[in-house]
Amino acid sequence: MSVGILGTKLGMTQVFDETGKAIPVTVVQAGPCTVTQIKTKQTDGYSAIQVGFGETKPKALNKPLLGHLAKSSAPALRHLSEYRLDNTSEFAMGQQLKADIFTPGQIVDVIGTSIGRGFAGYQKRYNFGRGPMSHGSKNHRAPGSIGAGTTPGRVYPGKRMAGRLGGGQVTIRKLTVVRVDPERNLVLIKGAVPGKAGALLNIVPAKLVGKPKT
Amino acid sequence: MVSLVSFSKIMNAQEIIRSIEAEQLKPKLPEIYVGDTVRVGVIIQEGGKERTQPYEGVVIAMRNGGINETITVRRIFQGVGVERVFLLHSPRIESIKILRRGKVRRAKLYYLRTRSGKATRLKQRFDRAL
Repeated sequence: MSVGILGTKLGMTQVFDETGKAIPVTVVQAGPCTVTQIKTKQTDGYSAIQVGFGETKPKALNKPLLGHLAKSSAPALRHLSEYRLDNTSEFAMGQQLKADIFTPGQIVDVIGTSIGRGFAGYQKRYNFGRGPMSHGSKNHRAPGSIGAGTTPGRVYPGKRMAGRLGGGQVTIRKLTVVRVDPERNLVLIKGAVPGKAGALLNIVPAKLVGKPKT
Repeated sequence: MVSLVSFSKIMNAQEIIRSIEAEQLKPKLPEIYVGDTVRVGVIIQEGGKERTQPYEGVVIAMRNGGINETITVRRIFQGVGVERVFLLHSPRIESIKILRRGKVRRAKLYYLRTRSGKATRLKQRFDRAL
C-alpha cells in the first residue's frame, strides 16, 4: 500500500561502499512519472493512483488514451500503472514522482519481464540432469520417463516438460537501494533485476510478509 | 524504427553507466604488464584499526574491464604458492609499486603454477621504465 515508480533498466555495473567492498548494482532510470488519475472509493470502488511513464510521440498512442492523459495535462506516455493506496490526498493530478521517493538502504521489490528464451528443453527450463554423453549412450538431453505405464495410462497434468521459458512477469524481492541520484533520476539497486537493458521495471517498496523481526 | 529508438536509448544508458563508474576510477594507475614483479599495498581492518599490508609477487594475469580491472599476483609463501586477485580500482588497494619488469611471451603465466624453484624465474627486461 505504498507508491512505487516505473523505470527503465539501463544496465549493470559495480560501486564501492565505504569499506571498499565492490557491490554489483543495476542502474535504473526511475521516473519521472506523472500522476494521471486518482481513483477513489466513491467513483471506482477502491483508492489508488495511476502513474504514467515513458514519454513518446502522440501519434504512437490512440485517441482514447490521449484523451485520458489530457485530463491530467500529461504528455503522451507509453506506460501506465496503478498503485493502491489508503490515502490519496497527498497526490494531485499531474504531479511528478521522481527517484527521490526512495532512500539509500531501503528494501524494494522489482517487478519486470524476464528475458524470453523461446522453446527451451528440460535442462534449461527445469534444471533436469542430462544423460551420459559417451559409452554408447544415445540419451543426452532427453527427458527420461514421464510416468508409469498402462496404469495410469496417461501423463499427469503439471508434468514438467519442454516449452516456452522466460518472457513472463517476475518479481525480485527484497533488493537494497544502494544509491539515489535525484538530479538524473537514477536508482542503483543491489543485484540483478529481470529483463535486458531497456526493459520496463516497476520498483515498489518491499512487501514484507510475516511477523517483523524483533 | 522501434529498435532504432531503443538502440539510441541503450547508447545513452552506456554513457550514464560510464559516468557512474568514472567517479570511482582511480585517475592514475601505474602501467602494469604481465610478468612484472609488483608490491601491492592492501588496506586491512584489524580490531577497528586500519593498516596497510604489503603483498609482493609476480603478475601472472591481467583482466581489463574498466572498473572491474584486476591483476592476479602469485608468490611463493613458506613453500606454498599463493595467488591473490586484486581489484585495481578498489579503495582497499592503497598503492601499487612496480619493482621489476619481466620478459614474457604469454598474456597469462599460468604455466608458472606447475614449476617450482629456479624454473619460476623470469628474465628481466630493461626497455620499460619502472
